[in-house]
Amino acid sequence: MSTETASKTIELIIVRQEDPDSKPFEEKFSIPYRSNMNVISALMEIRRNPVNADGEDTTPVAWDASCLEEVCGACSMVINGKPRQSCTALIDKLEQPIRLEPMSTFPVMRDLTVDRSRMFDSLKRVKAWVPIDGTYDLGPGPRMPEAKRQWAYELSKCMSCGVCLQACPNVNDKSEFIGPAALSQVRLFNAHPTGAMHKAERLQTIMDGDGGLANCGNSQNCVEACPKEIPLTTSIAALNRATTLQSFKNFFGSDNTA
Amino acid sequence: MSSNREFLYRRLHSLLGVVAIGAFLVVHLTVNWFAVRGEQEYNQAAAFMESLPFRYALEIFIIFLPLIFHAVYGLYIAFQARNNTSRFSYFRNWMFRLQRISGVLVLIFVTWHVWETRIAAAFGAEVNFQMMEEIVANPIALIAYIIGITATTFHFANGLWSFAVTWGITVTPRSQQISTYVTAGVFLALTFVGIRSILAFVGV
Repeated sequence: MSTETASKTIELIIVRQEDPDSKPFEEKFSIPYRSNMNVISALMEIRRNPVNADGEDTTPVAWDASCLEEVCGACSMVINGKPRQSCTALIDKLEQPIRLEPMSTFPVMRDLTVDRSRMFDSLKRVKAWVPIDGTYDLGPGPRMPEAKRQWAYELSKCMSCGVCLQACPNVNDKSEFIGPAALSQVRLFNAHPTGAMHKAERLQTIMDGDGGLANCGNSQNCVEACPKEIPLTTSIAALNRATTLQSFKNFFGSDNTA
Repeated sequence: MSSNREFLYRRLHSLLGVVAIGAFLVVHLTVNWFAVRGEQEYNQAAAFMESLPFRYALEIFIIFLPLIFHAVYGLYIAFQARNNTSRFSYFRNWMFRLQRISGVLVLIFVTWHVWETRIAAAFGAEVNFQMMEEIVANPIALIAYIIGITATTFHFANGLWSFAVTWGITVTPRSQQISTYVTAGVFLALTFVGIRSILAFVGV
């Protein structure tokens, strides 16, 4: 039994890259099988013994990880063609050879490590927060109905992992499209009873300049790819409706009652 | 005013595609159907359309200007995408890709179609049943017409679907699903009308 397990291996093909400017290349790895492994533990095994499938010494593969329970989004990569978190990518459920690639929509720093700072920049652009800072206590805000709170919780699950941007055909080097994640946050914060006080301002941020809401081409890959099953396309369509009204208000004027 | 030019262009692109060009397309396909009733009826209908009051104003503001804007901005949109249907072979992603492919096909088809009919008319040719009969007597031209008509009706029907999303008419997944069925029906109906009419010119 134990000898049989020891002889079993996991085959991996990893798309690697030395630094942000160098060309990507493929390297094959063959590592001993253990039960209940995920892609992270396979990468740890390579780090422990950085030898490729040809038996040559190589550099350990670089990757990002943090929470290991699919709530932080840091370990996202393209696994067998699909962007997802490597912590919940179980080896036993993956077809071999397992192909690992970086999410190339983002700048690749090294191997599987990408720079997702544009996710944070987007959240800042759309003002994805509820501004309550001031010089005195404003007291408690209005209550949110329970049904709405449950709905909002689903949208708040976004961990800025970047999978929806990787899946989107309109987020690429030729376009400035902000992507679905930050757009859905506009809807979340506009639905918040206190956040709604800045609704028009947030809608304006996704109508202004290049790469805003209107860049969505409705391929709807985002909603299929999202690991948290956030209704991203519903958020986008709802924002389309809200910006339609907002654009009328901008053009014809508004008495600012809603 | 804020700099929301891109938002404006995108919305205008969507609006003109349905309200101006789409409406024109439906009228055009309807008038084509007269060919099924026979040569005389078709020529009468063509003459009626030619004699419409404000004809040049209608042509410029409902057809040519919207068409040129939609085509130029549409090309820009189409070539901005990096299609990924091989990795994400979902239905909507295929529709996204086909919308861009059909858009380019329609542009080529319409340019050729306008050249052969409208521009030829400007140089003195008469637009009538016989003109179309002569064009589609060439089987390659007939096939080109059938492909062109199908690409056009697809682009219009699928464009109706995304129009409803773009303007926030269909928000929920269910409404978008229903809209998929409705626009698929529009596609089938218009394709039937278009192809049946063109076949009338070869005597089918």
